[in-house]
Amino acid sequence: MTEQANTQDLLSIEDLSIVYEVDGETTYAVNGLNITLKRGETLGLIGETGAGKTTTALGIMGLVPNPPGRVVSGKVVFDGEDLLQMPKEKMRGVRGNRISMIFQDPMTSLNPVMTVGEQIAEVILIHEGVSKKASFQKAGEMLEMVGIPAVRAGDFPHQFSGGMKQRVVIAIALACNPDLLIADEPTTALDVTIQAQVLDLMKDLKSRYNTAMILITHDLGVVAQVCDKVAIMYAGEVVESGDIRDVYENTKHPYTRGLFGSIPDLDHSVGRLNPIKGMMPDPTDPPSGCKFHPRCPDATATCAASEPAPVLTETGHVARCLMLQSMVEPTDVNRVQG
Amino acid sequence: MSDTILEVRDLKKYFPTPKGTLHAVDGVNFAINKGKTLGIVGESGCGKSTTGRVILRLLEATDGDILFEGQNIRHFNKDQMRRLREDMQIIFQDPFASLNPRMTASEIIGEPLLIHNKVKNKQELTERVAELMELVGLSPRLVNTYPHELDGGRRQRIGIARALALKPKFIICDEPVSALDVSIQAQILNLMQDLQEQLGLTYIFITHDLSVVKHFSDEIAVMYLGQLIEKAPARDLFSNPTHPYTRALLSAIPSIHLDHKMEREVLQGEITSPINPAPGCRFAPRCKYAAPECTSREIHLNEINDGHFVACAMAGKG
Amino acid sequence: MSQEMTLDPAQGQLDKSPAKGAPKKRSQWLEVWHRLKRDKMAMLGLLIITLVVLAAIFADVIADYETVVIAQNLSDRLQGPSAQYWLGTDEFGRDIFARIIHGTRVSLMVGVLSVAIAIVMGGGLGAVAGYYGGKIDNVIMRVMDIFLAVPSILLAIAIVSALGANLMNLMLAIAISSVPTYARVVRASVLTIRDQEFIEAARAIGASDLRIIFRHIIPNCLSPVIVQGALGVAGAILSTAGLSFIGLGIQPPEPEWGAMLAGGRQYLRHAWHVTTFPGLTIMITILALNLLGDGLRDALDPRLKH
Repeated sequence: MTEQANTQDLLSIEDLSIVYEVDGETTYAVNGLNITLKRGETLGLIGETGAGKTTTALGIMGLVPNPPGRVVSGKVVFDGEDLLQMPKEKMRGVRGNRISMIFQDPMTSLNPVMTVGEQIAEVILIHEGVSKKASFQKAGEMLEMVGIPAVRAGDFPHQFSGGMKQRVVIAIALACNPDLLIADEPTTALDVTIQAQVLDLMKDLKSRYNTAMILITHDLGVVAQVCDKVAIMYAGEVVESGDIRDVYENTKHPYTRGLFGSIPDLDHSVGRLNPIKGMMPDPTDPPSGCKFHPRCPDATATCAASEPAPVLTETGHVARCLMLQSMVEPTDVNRVQG
Repeated sequence: MSDTILEVRDLKKYFPTPKGTLHAVDGVNFAINKGKTLGIVGESGCGKSTTGRVILRLLEATDGDILFEGQNIRHFNKDQMRRLREDMQIIFQDPFASLNPRMTASEIIGEPLLIHNKVKNKQELTERVAELMELVGLSPRLVNTYPHELDGGRRQRIGIARALALKPKFIICDEPVSALDVSIQAQILNLMQDLQEQLGLTYIFITHDLSVVKHFSDEIAVMYLGQLIEKAPARDLFSNPTHPYTRALLSAIPSIHLDHKMEREVLQGEITSPINPAPGCRFAPRCKYAAPECTSREIHLNEINDGHFVACAMAGKG
Repeated sequence: MSQEMTLDPAQGQLDKSPAKGAPKKRSQWLEVWHRLKRDKMAMLGLLIITLVVLAAIFADVIADYETVVIAQNLSDRLQGPSAQYWLGTDEFGRDIFARIIHGTRVSLMVGVLSVAIAIVMGGGLGAVAGYYGGKIDNVIMRVMDIFLAVPSILLAIAIVSALGANLMNLMLAIAISSVPTYARVVRASVLTIRDQEFIEAARAIGASDLRIIFRHIIPNCLSPVIVQGALGVAGAILSTAGLSFIGLGIQPPEPEWGAMLAGGRQYLRHAWHVTTFPGLTIMITILALNLLGDGLRDALDPRLKH
């Protein structure tokens, strides 16, 4: 870690690997993941079911269920400190305070027997050491901030609709002004018009408080609307990452191209979609070489044999594909990103 | 006219609840031509799934007519319905919940054939199931697998094979791809498109995903709180959305194009209750163009352009 | 479900390989058995139950009924455990070991048959109540509630007193008193399964009510019934012993664990073995059934797989 990296990067994940071990079978959920994020930046983490998005988030939060989960290697450097080496006690002070997380399902992430005011106040009470009265005061303010009248602080979760509940969840997550917000599919359970409201709210709050955000989603459109940077995950690896414009408009990895081919485009009609063939590999028995090669339209025999290294194709734009390796000089990803 | 395979007239489905009558489907009219796809879009609770189930008589309509090939099927008896099931089928949203976990792929696909005595012996059953599996792109090796051993895409293929077993003419697809990952979703959409061409199927495609519905449908109907508020040929609806709700809905879709910033029509508030709804336009409480006229009378679909219908009192008035 | 098994991840979706490689249909019960095998306590329970069942089957080989089990031998009364009488003798000089072995027949028969009767009756009522709902449901379940309001052992006592104390009535009494339990279990699972999409799917392909109930609903609510049944056999054996203990069950001289317990109770101070061994037998058998029942619960519930 250089001095410079400390001041620049809020979060830097280096070579993170997480496995789950069940009945003697090892599931390789995250394999050598590298991600960096600066203050105030928003990173979209895109991937399909089983790509390892949520495990990555749990890894950052130190919440990988153990057993069966285990962090095999890597560093999660947050503001100069490796969270993985941090004592449990200290980590608890970070979680919910400096890093907070929004889960996918607003229905189950609220406690049904506590009022929403109590639930927001609880976080403030735990982390800020203020009086009970002050915490409730702040809870009311947080509700107003997410567009819910403060008088509703005394209501229970079931008295709110899905979109409103997700706002409450956001209020809880932002209650302590976190430096980093991890949002795991925050709008997937919501209707499009409500999703638009919630995304607008998150964009607004993020810019107001300069909060860095990792937005985990499978929706390329949501990322396009909200994020500055993007990382595409496949089988536990980041296959392509970089500035959103680079990745979206100058796509390098065949998987990313496949994702774009799979979704119907509202602006251009096509007769047929161009899906990626086959399906996600079995995470307990990942394919050799490039993990995408069995589904890749451009795969050659080399792809099955050797593992691609991350290749820097432009400033900050990284892709893992052997085709690129033969065209561009391989670069050490850590040096490039740090 | 003779091309019409299905027509619904003033279809209503009410549910009694402790708080009052829930108007899930409230006076829906439309017709579909053979071999075409009608997309029904709307947000959760708008009554789109209920409409599908009422048409298939999995739920009994409260009022209205359902004309299938000219016959009103609403009062068909059990025997007539059984025969009709061969022509009308459904594909469900959740490829896990819609397959019996204790039956194998081949048992599930073969069940309709057994129920309708379409096969004479075991040999024929095995052959028909194998044909169906090939038709939907399932490997023959999977005949004896149980649903929980398969991924979502393959489970959905089993659901499609079951729906096709009786060689139906008409299939209601209730969010058939929304539980699937994008890459798998595209595979299933392509399969359904191929099957439509190959077998001359007519689809009602129910979804909340506007980009999917645009890609897939010939005509699109937008539902809001139990009513159709706009119906138009797919391209027309997207190029010229007229109802304020349709406009808000379309502008809410997050585009994958970075420079594509459609002017957002952010909707205020959330969907109102479908229990004992107020008369007039259901969308009026959230509509920024609402006038007294909107709630003083029932607003019906009105043709504003060739094949483009809108239920808005303000349509055409600027 | 989180654990999806991908059968051939590397292959495209349009593989049209010949069916020769198709795996045989694997029984789901085999999977349950594999999961159960990993549960050591459940396997211990199963081992004990197997021994009890073997004892019941081979009781006549182990000890002759007429000459050993019921024949009195007053000269050898109340003898402690010895090489000749492994577990000692009772107040009539009969071999306690032989009587316990023969007692397994009654206990097992009453246990299994009464549970079977209760499952058929309760399960049927519960399935009808759950599937049709509405008024039918209301009537059936309110009657069940009335049954549940009376302590089951009192209900059984009342039935046996009214009908007379014999084996058949004993089974009936125990079965009837546990009918509401099964009705509730089955109704609850039918209610959740009834609303699943695959039931709607079955209706959409034109399946009749009967087919839906037998092909789609019942196979999916067997698991809770099996668990309840295993625990129910334990309860029934205990009830048999209880009723026999107070003289309403199996009549002397026929050997029955509860009756043996009752017979030896007045000699407890001088001859501890007369009550202790039948008591231990009851305890161990019940414990074994409960261990197996708990193991089955975990093995049958796929959500607890990991």
